Amino acid sequence: MANALAAPKAVHIVVREGWCKGCGICVALCPKEVLSLNGSGKVAVVNPDRCVGCGRCEIHCPDFAIGIEVKKQ
Amino acid sequence: MLSQVESHLRSDRFPHIWCPGCGNGIVLSALVRAIEELGCDPDKTVVVSGIGCSSRAAGYLDFNTLHTTHGRALAFATGIKLARPELDVFVLMGDGDATAIGGNHFIHAARRNIDLTAIIFNNSIYGMTGGQYSPLTPPGKRATTAPYGNIERSFDIAELAKGAGATYVARATTYHATMLEKLIMAGAKNKGFSVIEAITACPVGYGRRNKMGNGLQMLLWQKEHAVTVKQAEKMSPEELQDKIIIGELYRGEAPEYTVMYEEIIARAKGKTQ
Ligand SMILES: Cc1ncc(C[n+]2csc(CCOP(=O)(O)OP(=O)(O)O)c2C)c(N)n1
Ligand code: SF4
Ligand code: SF4
Ligand code: SF4
Ligand SMILES: [Mg+2]
Repeated sequence: MANALAAPKAVHIVVREGWCKGCGICVALCPKEVLSLNGSGKVAVVNPDRCVGCGRCEIHCPDFAIGIEVKKQ
Repeated sequence: MLSQVESHLRSDRFPHIWCPGCGNGIVLSALVRAIEELGCDPDKTVVVSGIGCSSRAAGYLDFNTLHTTHGRALAFATGIKLARPELDVFVLMGDGDATAIGGNHFIHAARRNIDLTAIIFNNSIYGMTGGQYSPLTPPGKRATTAPYGNIERSFDIAELAKGAGATYVARATTYHATMLEKLIMAGAKNKGFSVIEAITACPVGYGRRNKMGNGLQMLLWQKEHAVTVKQAEKMSPEELQDKIIIGELYRGEAPEYTVMYEEIIARAKGKTQ
């Protein structure tokens, strides 16, 4: 890696299913189609590799049920 | 990050009581991030609320919290700030709480310019009691007490606050959650009475009756109807009719109440003339 700034970031999506009420806000606002609702109507991470760590899901979740932890690799 | 936010929550009280898609949690989340970013000492941070769905927010926060009576949050907060001016005091109120039953406390807190940061959760309705219209329900909109549409004009909280003497006035929506967080931070930094109006969705008590859809659809409605102060400057009154102007709306200068009060105490004790 030539440039430290270009180092890939490890984005870890944290989900707390017990707090999720299945409103679908995070699913609709995610720009990368990372999220979906599962059969029980709870949030599910379906495409974790596509996540860019923008945080839109976390700041718009009314239930504190999803968050991202960004760690520089 | 969620872990930082969670450190200020009373996690044992979750999941919270709010309905799926209710915007109250988005406002609460922005408030926690603002307090975290401001670096407030949790032991010196006080959150006071009234009564209503939105006022339940205080109970979820791991600060010094006070869940008071309907309309009286500012009265309790005024007492706290007078007794302990060094504390950072945030006041959470619903639109009914702040502008109907608590309207008098609201204008007088603004007139005194007491150093409180008031956040009004404006969902255009009395959520907790089942969807009665409030002074913020727009004309024509339906409520349980206005089945054929509201015939009253609504307040503009920002104009009301400014007219009554507040020295910081701002508005954002839950869609504009980062803006909301920054405006709360700026309001907290203002040494005087600060009002931040948060436009938030009540899909159950308001949205359903007015065919605005669920929480997500109401969030997207906010996105479509909000214009920034800059954009609004170039728009005609007709174009602005169904729009919500967001951003910092007003800043003023006025003596702050607890500072004046300390001076009076000093004078009474004969320390100054
Ligand atoms: C003195 C008094 N009057 C009336 C009530 C009933 N009451 C409880 S909450 C509420 C209104 C809630 O509306 P708002 O303040 O907008 O808060 P929201 O529930 O929409 O967040 C009313 C009238 C009360 N609890 N106390
Ligand atoms: S951080 Fe952004 S890209 Fe990743 S899941 Fe959340 S909204 Fe989608
Ligand atoms: S926004 Fe939150 S509560 Fe709604 S579906 Fe996503 S994780 Fe669940
Ligand atoms: S009634 Fe409305 S304001 Fe109250 S929790 Fe439900 S959606 Fe939120
Ligand atoms: Mg309300």
